[in-house]
Amino acid sequence: MSAVPAPGPRRKPRPNYLLSAVAFLASLVVFVVPFVFVALTAVKDRRQAADLDFSWPHRFRLVQNFVEVIRARDYLLIIAYINSTVLTVASVTLMTVLAAMVAYVLQRRRGRWNGLVDFLVLAGLIIPPAVVPTIWVLQRLGLFRRMPGLILVEVAFGLAFCVLLFRAFIATIPRELDEAAVLDGAGPARLFFRVILPLLRPVIVTVVLVQSVFVYNDFVNPLYFLPGEQNATVQLTLYNFNSQFSTQYNLLFMDILLITIPPLIMFLAFNRQIVAGMTAGAVKG
Amino acid sequence: MATTTMRRTPAGRRATGAPAPGVGARSPYPYWFYLPAAVIYGLLFIVPTLTAFYFSLTRWTIFDAQFIGLDNYVTFFREPALVSGLTHTLVYAVVTSGAKVVLGMLLALLLTSRIVGRGYLRSVVFFPVLVSTIGVGLTFTVLMNPDQGLINDALAVTGIDGPAWLTDPRYALLSVALVDVWKGVGLATVIFIAGIVSIPREYFEAAKVDGAGAWDTFRRIVLPLSRPATVTVILLSLIGGLRSFDLIWAMTRGGPGFTSDVIASVIYKQYQAGFYGLSTAGNVVLFLVVTAIVVPLSRLLNRKEVDL
Repeated sequence: MSAVPAPGPRRKPRPNYLLSAVAFLASLVVFVVPFVFVALTAVKDRRQAADLDFSWPHRFRLVQNFVEVIRARDYLLIIAYINSTVLTVASVTLMTVLAAMVAYVLQRRRGRWNGLVDFLVLAGLIIPPAVVPTIWVLQRLGLFRRMPGLILVEVAFGLAFCVLLFRAFIATIPRELDEAAVLDGAGPARLFFRVILPLLRPVIVTVVLVQSVFVYNDFVNPLYFLPGEQNATVQLTLYNFNSQFSTQYNLLFMDILLITIPPLIMFLAFNRQIVAGMTAGAVKG
Repeated sequence: MATTTMRRTPAGRRATGAPAPGVGARSPYPYWFYLPAAVIYGLLFIVPTLTAFYFSLTRWTIFDAQFIGLDNYVTFFREPALVSGLTHTLVYAVVTSGAKVVLGMLLALLLTSRIVGRGYLRSVVFFPVLVSTIGVGLTFTVLMNPDQGLINDALAVTGIDGPAWLTDPRYALLSVALVDVWKGVGLATVIFIAGIVSIPREYFEAAKVDGAGAWDTFRRIVLPLSRPATVTVILLSLIGGLRSFDLIWAMTRGGPGFTSDVIASVIYKQYQAGFYGLSTAGNVVLFLVVTAIVVPLSRLLNRKEVDL
């Protein structure tokens, strides 16, 4: 897609309209209808929602359903949103900074640790975490069933992927920059935090976005490491509501709708960076 | 790449012995940068992974562990419900991974071809990747309802009598796999698109000049040159498929019976039931399955790439 002005005779062949139409219709049926179904069911009344069909709501109950879901179980959803926000912001911030530090030294310094660190990064991408032993460690540290514990778990499990993304990017930053800063008398910490880190901004944006989506959508780790009603993250409310609302599909789908909104906003705003992050990390993997 | 200043490398290596200029011989890239990450990673990932091997050999209450040798593994492989979890895991991983490779490649070809509305199509295919797995699972559980569900209603219109999807023991696992593909194919697609877009235009032009058809172009140019993307998609989706838990748990909880149980759901069930040793044995089995498949496969796929 480079903007080279190639003076070819047939630079822009006619688009294939038939194929486009087929693809468009197929995409509507396969990918759009499920989301529209969620939205429609979320605003129906209870009886119509129970039909489970794809129909226009007789009566729009957007506000009532919204209020009812929010108020369910003593405003559990609000608490869950707070929990999810704390979890996502804290763990993503921490893992981004720590992974950048690791990737920086790993990329810049050739030494005896490189092989080991490379191996550990790869292991972190492949190995499924051992659940109960992790609970055992958390218990020993007094962090089981506590938010800081879950935050650290998310950091531990997310580090490897972040290091991979950072490392590839740091390789493109010229070393002359480091040398100039050292000559100016900058120590390692100042060199990294004042010179290098600001240059990493594009990849930081990508890492933060991708990991935020992962952590926000994470269901398994909160399930294991942060049990308890008051500790629920939004993903767990979905799961808890499912048993409670099994006869109230409108409320269940309102919950699904509300939980889908944050990723939707992220997607609309940062589609390009998210895709870049997921493919860049992947092409290396 | 960053090999412009090789000077620094030997200087860093001989940091202790060489009389480097300046105060002391400190590298601007200190190892203590590893420390905070190493502590968290070590405590919460490496220690659990290693101790899992020991705890899987015990009857374990979190507070005290009693060594019982291989009993947990014997239980695991004797109990048909648990062994079937192993085969289901493999089936699920292979089916989802295979489907994502094929469909992802087809979608990527479509979305890099001359069609209208590529931006819209890419977005709509990719968006499910970002949505909550549990939300997708619950939505499709409703859509796949055998009597009232939208999918069977739609099939009925075309005269097809749809299966019972999640409630039919024969189809439950594959139905979940289908939803997994729906949710995950977008990631495979964007990876393939990245692979295809990175192929230099000249190859396509040369092929055109030589009179190559669409199939030849795909077979001789796109497929070999997007190989790194293919390897990535295969490995990523295999790892994801082998470890997958949340979608299955949201849709069937391993049922009907144990027909859609996978290792990860067995681990959770045994954990809930308080059999921590057995649950951890399941974890070790999963660890061994994943490494036994992914490590040799990645070696194989990456080596062939060099041969080409």
